[in-house]
Amino acid sequence: MKAAQFKYHAPTSTLEAVTLLTDHIDDVKVIAGGQSLVPMLALRIARFEHLVDLNHIEELRGIRLEGDALVIGALTRQSSAEHSDLVARHVPLLHRAIPKIGHFQIRNRGTIGGSIAHADPASELPCVALCLDATMTLVGPNGQRTVRARDFFVSIWQSSAEPDEILSQITFPVATDASGYAIEEFALRTGDFAIAGVACALTLDANHRVEEAAVAFMGMGPTPMRAPQAEEALLGMRPGDIDNEVIARRAVQETAPGDDVHASGEYRSRIATSLAIEALRRALEEAQHG
Amino acid sequence: MDEIPVTIEVNARERRAMLEPRVTLADFLREDCGLTGTHLACEHGVCGACTVLLDGAAVRSCLIFAVQADGQSVTTVEGLTPEDGTLNNVQQAFWNNHGLQCGFCTPGFIVSVEALLRDNPHPSDEEIREGLSGNLCRCTGYQGIINAVREAAGN
Repeated sequence: MKAAQFKYHAPTSTLEAVTLLTDHIDDVKVIAGGQSLVPMLALRIARFEHLVDLNHIEELRGIRLEGDALVIGALTRQSSAEHSDLVARHVPLLHRAIPKIGHFQIRNRGTIGGSIAHADPASELPCVALCLDATMTLVGPNGQRTVRARDFFVSIWQSSAEPDEILSQITFPVATDASGYAIEEFALRTGDFAIAGVACALTLDANHRVEEAAVAFMGMGPTPMRAPQAEEALLGMRPGDIDNEVIARRAVQETAPGDDVHASGEYRSRIATSLAIEALRRALEEAQHG
Repeated sequence: MDEIPVTIEVNARERRAMLEPRVTLADFLREDCGLTGTHLACEHGVCGACTVLLDGAAVRSCLIFAVQADGQSVTTVEGLTPEDGTLNNVQQAFWNNHGLQCGFCTPGFIVSVEALLRDNPHPSDEEIREGLSGNLCRCTGYQGIINAVREAAGN
């Protein structure tokens, strides 16, 4: 249960980190909070010749409001974001999702960007990023580019970031008064990975009809998954006319849950349907009444 | 593999060592500092027995490489205990409430509860349970531990 040997690099700038990745591209991994990576190293599920530690790069830290977006530095600890007034006020879905991650000791070390870059389909932050159409900023040897969440999550533990790119910040759209958000998940024990979970974001227009709708699932496929048909069905509806159960069933049909030791795909679908009904109810309630 | 010089302030005392990068903070504390109060069970972040305070924040010392803690300050269960050998408030509450049996998990619980009560001096029962969820105990069934936290909090 000890990690294999590796060479340790502790750059102090993003540029320096990218150079290190480029120099050791064949066998290198970035480490941020390490709360997913170190277990994999300890269990020797993964091993790398070089680890590039981002923890000394101050420019990757911080939470700031930029116009109608909240920008969170990738290295921001989950616990910092959890207790941030800016996050609570402007990205309530993220504020509600973070306490569901692991335990407080994990969140003290784990980072916002690390969880998203790790791209675990059962974890909360990729699901929230997808639900809110967050934008990931990647920095590589040729400069920086942005990738929308829908294009970022490729498969289990796989994102569209190249091996020589670093996730530097995540940009979340800020909430409006006519928006409602909910996240629901079911896990056997507090802090465990969810058997299934769902995040929901709804915005009403001036006539109190659904103007924007997002339903995103965790643990229901190889990536966090949106439910575009169910979302489409919500558009233009008055909250009172929406049958949450019909929408939830349709949404779950758009996912691809697998079987594993924790649950069968069929069971996950039943759980996810119940969770989606509740998430829709709560999000609609909040969109109407704040 | 190359060793790296590391300086970490442990329980208010500066410790220096040459370490392979793969040495965890937990192994550094136990083997290089001789502070065996920090216990290791799962060694992959599940059980919480190795919980320490890193710059004041409760973290799992098996999930941090010691080189990453260079220049930082660590408090272990030894550092939370009065020098005269008596028990601190949280430890005494565990004693009083059968908050431990074999004692293996106890250092992790003590450190976690210290952080929990520092940040939230009078937690509700729900907050206590939530706060304890990151530490596993195979003996007590947790009820004694919950009672201990209630007592330590003066609830």
